[in-house]
Amino acid sequence: MDEPSPHTSRHGAVGSTPAVRVRDLQMRYGDHDVLTGVDLEVSRGEVVVLLGPNGAGKTTTIEILEGFRRPSGGRVEVLDEDPLHVDEAWRARVGIVLQSWRDHARWTPRALLDHLGAFYRPYATADRPRPVATDEVLDLVGLGAAADQRIITLSGGQRRRLDVGAGIIGRPDLLFLDEPTAGFDPQARRDFHELIHRLTDLEQTTVLLTTHDLAEAEKLADRILILAGGRIVADGSADALARQIRGRAEVRWTRDSQRFVHAADDPTGFVRALLAEHPDGIDDLEVRRASLEDTYLELVRAHLDPGAVKPAHRIVTERAS
Amino acid sequence: MNPVTNAVALGVRRGWHEFVIGLRSPSDQGFYAMFGVGSLALLWFNRDEDLGVPGLTLPQVALPSLLAALVMFSIVIAPAYALALEREDGTVLRLRVGPYGLHGYLVGLATLTLVGILPLLVIVLGGSAVLFEGAVPTAPGRWALIVGMLLLGILANLPLGFVIGSLVTKLRQVTTWGMAPIVGLAYLSGIFGDMERLWGWVQVLAQLFPLYWFGHLMRYAFLPEAAAAGEITGSWRLGEAVAVLAIWAIVGFALAIPLVRRMSRRQSGAAVAEARDQAANQFVR
Repeated sequence: MDEPSPHTSRHGAVGSTPAVRVRDLQMRYGDHDVLTGVDLEVSRGEVVVLLGPNGAGKTTTIEILEGFRRPSGGRVEVLDEDPLHVDEAWRARVGIVLQSWRDHARWTPRALLDHLGAFYRPYATADRPRPVATDEVLDLVGLGAAADQRIITLSGGQRRRLDVGAGIIGRPDLLFLDEPTAGFDPQARRDFHELIHRLTDLEQTTVLLTTHDLAEAEKLADRILILAGGRIVADGSADALARQIRGRAEVRWTRDSQRFVHAADDPTGFVRALLAEHPDGIDDLEVRRASLEDTYLELVRAHLDPGAVKPAHRIVTERAS
Repeated sequence: MNPVTNAVALGVRRGWHEFVIGLRSPSDQGFYAMFGVGSLALLWFNRDEDLGVPGLTLPQVALPSLLAALVMFSIVIAPAYALALEREDGTVLRLRVGPYGLHGYLVGLATLTLVGILPLLVIVLGGSAVLFEGAVPTAPGRWALIVGMLLLGILANLPLGFVIGSLVTKLRQVTTWGMAPIVGLAYLSGIFGDMERLWGWVQVLAQLFPLYWFGHLMRYAFLPEAAAAGEITGSWRLGEAVAVLAIWAIVGFALAIPLVRRMSRRQSGAAVAEARDQAANQFVR
């Protein structure tokens, strides 16, 4: 497949199929199950965050989608193709930002981006000129001032931004980022979030990124997938996830100078009963809803140690598809 | 625009860019100085020895052999090291995720390897022309012959570096499987002196490998007809030399292509991260 044109038209024709479609994905190393049946779907133009604790299988999942790993089972389609059997035209449409690079130490960011971008030149189309101009990328990732410095002299954060630059230089339809902000300071993290928003607004790029940082997921995601215990245990927007766990709340009060704490599935009913029982003996009443963070931590704990929490707290929602 | 042609052209530019960067770096300059000046010194201190070829000085006879060994050494070791190192540091993966990026990377590495021998050739040939009278030919016909033989020797040896670089799992193994055998081979192939001193079976063994024949052809290109007296059979064996080198080239390329593919397929971000962590641990210890 040296000629890119048939591919691009195919893309146009099937633009409505999901960018990523995964069914019952399994991954086993020896007798250790890492993924035990992951189902996920990413629509075109969507920003999906794969959230999970370290070791949950995020990197394994994303590397299967990138075509770097052969899954033990399940069906994977990325831009309508099986990533294990893709041609170079597919690579031209997929951008990949991975963790931990220390390559091209003696090059400059400008020279490297120029070089990497030029590989995409034959894959330019009318609506997606490729590559993106090097200066534009340098500007977008905030490396304008460091563009002609040797890469080895860049700070860790600058280096990661260069990785992102390399990932987007080909104007990808779909961008994978694995832990992109690991090791960022708060300012660099904010800049990076800004960058992802600009990318998705300007280029309609579909983004799938992994993180173990809940705040980051909330900030970036159209949809959050929580990966724990080898499967997706929650799937929805940050708001939806928070709403779905109405149940659990913490009620605190004081009676006869004694503090009481009660975890209630139905806090309103509980408080009503409590007040009825002690018409004037209650002080300092406090009802605290579980935050998204509480939910997340509880979910993760539940799936790392299945006995710890009642299965009622699984909040996978059926998606209309 | 054809993406393959595009990637090949980018590879050539990549190799040149790395070469220019290297010229400015102290480590590369040190490499050239050590091997270039070292070779000249070796010839200089043995300049009065007799290699048993009537009418020719040691530098005259040894220079073409030494050039063959230097070229083989850098042409095998440079890509082997680069592949082992750039696989661990993510360079191969970085290129591979782009369309035809692996093509670009490999062409770049081959280009760098080829132009990378030029400084060495310039130092050794230039130095010899000044220091040793009659060691470096001046006739254009001779030079055409020398360039032809160099190209043949390069073709036979270039794939070996890619094969070694794809097979090793650690940088250090390049020394074990690349450098040590080549230095041994150089000794057996009569690069450092007279092969006649070695046992007969060693001579036969050496003639299975490309270095002996590369040296043979270089001597043929540099020396007068009568110098054949110093060769094993007392004659120039051009047909055999070309055949052995061609076989090495063909077998080498046939092996290198699938091995490099397999190596590159095994690259992933996690694999690179693992290599990095291992390297960090070694450093701490």
